[in-house]
Amino acid sequence: MSITKTFKRAALAALALSCLAALPARAQLDLSYHQPVLEDYFAPAAATPAVPDEQGFIRRWSLLEPIAKPEIRTNAIFDDSYLNEEFAKIYFDGQMSIVPKDGQKVKLDKKTKLTWHCYDSKRYNVKLYRFATGLGLHPTEALYLAVTVIDVPQDMTVRLSVGSNSASKWWIDGEEVLLLTGDRRMVVDDCVSRKIQLSAGRHVLRGAVINGPGMSDFCVRFLDASLRPVTKLTITNQK
Amino acid sequence: MKRIDIYLLAFLLSALFAPRVAAQTGNIYIHDPSTIAYCDGKYYTFGTGSGGLISDDGWTWRSGAVRPGGGVAPDVIKIGDRYLVSYSAGYPGTEGKTRGVVTTMWSKTLDPESPDFGFSEPELVAWAGADEDCWAIDPAFLLDPTTGRLWCSYGTYFGAIRIVELDPATGKRVEGNKAVDIAIDCEATALMYRDGWYYLLGTHGTCCDGVNSTYNIVCGRSRSVTGPYVDNMGRDMLQGGGKMVLSAGNRATGPGHFGHYVETEGVEKMSFHYEADFERSGRSTLAVRSLLWKNGWPVAADPFKEGTYEIESERRGYSLELAVNFVRMQGGMRAFRIDPNEPVVVIEDQKLEDVIGGWPTGDIDIRLGDYMFRPHQKWTVTAVPDAGGYLGAPYYKITIAGTERALAATEDGELTAVPAFTGADEQLWRIEQLTDGTFRILTKVACGCGKQMCLKCTGDSTVTLGEFDFSSDNCKWNFRDR
Repeated sequence: MSITKTFKRAALAALALSCLAALPARAQLDLSYHQPVLEDYFAPAAATPAVPDEQGFIRRWSLLEPIAKPEIRTNAIFDDSYLNEEFAKIYFDGQMSIVPKDGQKVKLDKKTKLTWHCYDSKRYNVKLYRFATGLGLHPTEALYLAVTVIDVPQDMTVRLSVGSNSASKWWIDGEEVLLLTGDRRMVVDDCVSRKIQLSAGRHVLRGAVINGPGMSDFCVRFLDASLRPVTKLTITNQK
Repeated sequence: MKRIDIYLLAFLLSALFAPRVAAQTGNIYIHDPSTIAYCDGKYYTFGTGSGGLISDDGWTWRSGAVRPGGGVAPDVIKIGDRYLVSYSAGYPGTEGKTRGVVTTMWSKTLDPESPDFGFSEPELVAWAGADEDCWAIDPAFLLDPTTGRLWCSYGTYFGAIRIVELDPATGKRVEGNKAVDIAIDCEATALMYRDGWYYLLGTHGTCCDGVNSTYNIVCGRSRSVTGPYVDNMGRDMLQGGGKMVLSAGNRATGPGHFGHYVETEGVEKMSFHYEADFERSGRSTLAVRSLLWKNGWPVAADPFKEGTYEIESERRGYSLELAVNFVRMQGGMRAFRIDPNEPVVVIEDQKLEDVIGGWPTGDIDIRLGDYMFRPHQKWTVTAVPDAGGYLGAPYYKITIAGTERALAATEDGELTAVPAFTGADEQLWRIEQLTDGTFRILTKVACGCGKQMCLKCTGDSTVTLGEFDFSSDNCKWNFRDR
């Protein structure tokens, strides 16, 4: 069964009901485990430029604390129209141009200020759910924004490869290059953009990931013409 | 009315009013079915909630299987002379501290009517902490045929799929065993072993959304039971990899919860549920398909489609036919140096009415011959309602196209074609796709040896009934539409 994001509440209820089954008492169980913390998944972005990992995954990102989307009760609503509309919404000034510094705040409305955090992910995939829980924030029913800056040593033709949980949209230098639609799980090389000409120099890569219930994460890398990972980049996270 | 017209009318009417052949029949409503287990002449599968389904023949199912403990998504495996059942449900002392627990329990039989029926007290074998990147549900067993070690995978979309080792003698967790992460972003896993590879099957996509559920079954493989499991692109299932085994189709969506059942060498089945069967109010139903292997990867066979086919022997490529005169068509060889501007004429197929008058009216022998798409070589395969079935399909009648002349077994274990189908057991056929994609065709009626016999070549051009042997092309057939 099958606790999917969409229907985990029903499954939880089933599990809870099953707990009512009368079973004899057992000896004290050792149910200790390592409670996940932010440091299991992220480290503060180092001062020195980063490079993609050996599989080409970009791990240095500026992440905005999740924008609450309490109206997302199910990911079944993530059709193309909904996503294009949601990803076009502007929540704060400079949303599509900002290259934030660590700790920089943005104001969504009179009551809501969110903070950017510059991290190096310890895994190939950026665990947005754990980013939120690690900061003590509500991790689900949320829109996540991510920004990074890459330095390209020479002109190159690449494709942007993304896997995300759930839907996401990606821009390079303000131009949309990829949309991942539907109730999606993160799969490496799930969606790959058309060919992109990157000139030598600095480029801003921006993403938005939206999710209802459940885990949320993404993985991003560039592929060359042969669909091999591009590793000869530097990632600064800053302009 | 000519005789052929009567035959044709009968054929068309039978096709018009024939019910759609379902995946299974009876009460097949279940969600998250376990692997199908065979116990004392019956098939069993358990699902989420209490209980499960029973079938006497693997085709017609009814409710009545009993499994205590409730919870979700059980699995079952026979070890020695006992059955080990695993499920995810509450366990004393874990409430509020865990995100799912996996328990196991034993019974000597799955038959609730048996005096030997009764489950042992559940044992806790795996669990996930309340805030771990794992959700300990959907257990699945593998008894490693190479080592005798027992493994259990579990997990769902929330974090990792994990594997732990159990003691096959007790069903308990092996002391000191640490869970290993083997996949992400799937659920309802299952494990198989074949030819030096361990296979991890997972269910991807969205569950529990009825006709819109995108559930689908994917697979990775590894040389080690604890991974890494990679797909056909070399992508680790810990990176979301997985090669498709089965997705929606045949008017049903959301296949999930794979179960592996081996009938005999070369005859494998996969059980699963559909999230929504469009022929059954969009309800969740049990389904069974033949499991094929292609280049080392499991592939769900398509359901056998009723229709008119050449039945070709894998041995030589000759085709099943009535032993009647080969009626030559008008024409013969045309000159090579023909005027290229001569108008092209389409030659029609030989028609049944052109030849049937010359056929004997009684039983006709069966043989194999060069396929010439002639009426005595075209067989119509039709499911027979209420004739029972076997795991995954009903019994079929095999008749000469446009007639009721039916392939039948004789009392002495040979083949014939009787003038008309009567529904007798010797005229009913079990058609199963083999792991290599060919088919076996078995009698319903057991012959003298007590076993169901298959169509078996004795020579390139001759055929009889014999015991099935997967290693021999004598026993393999192809249904070709050409």
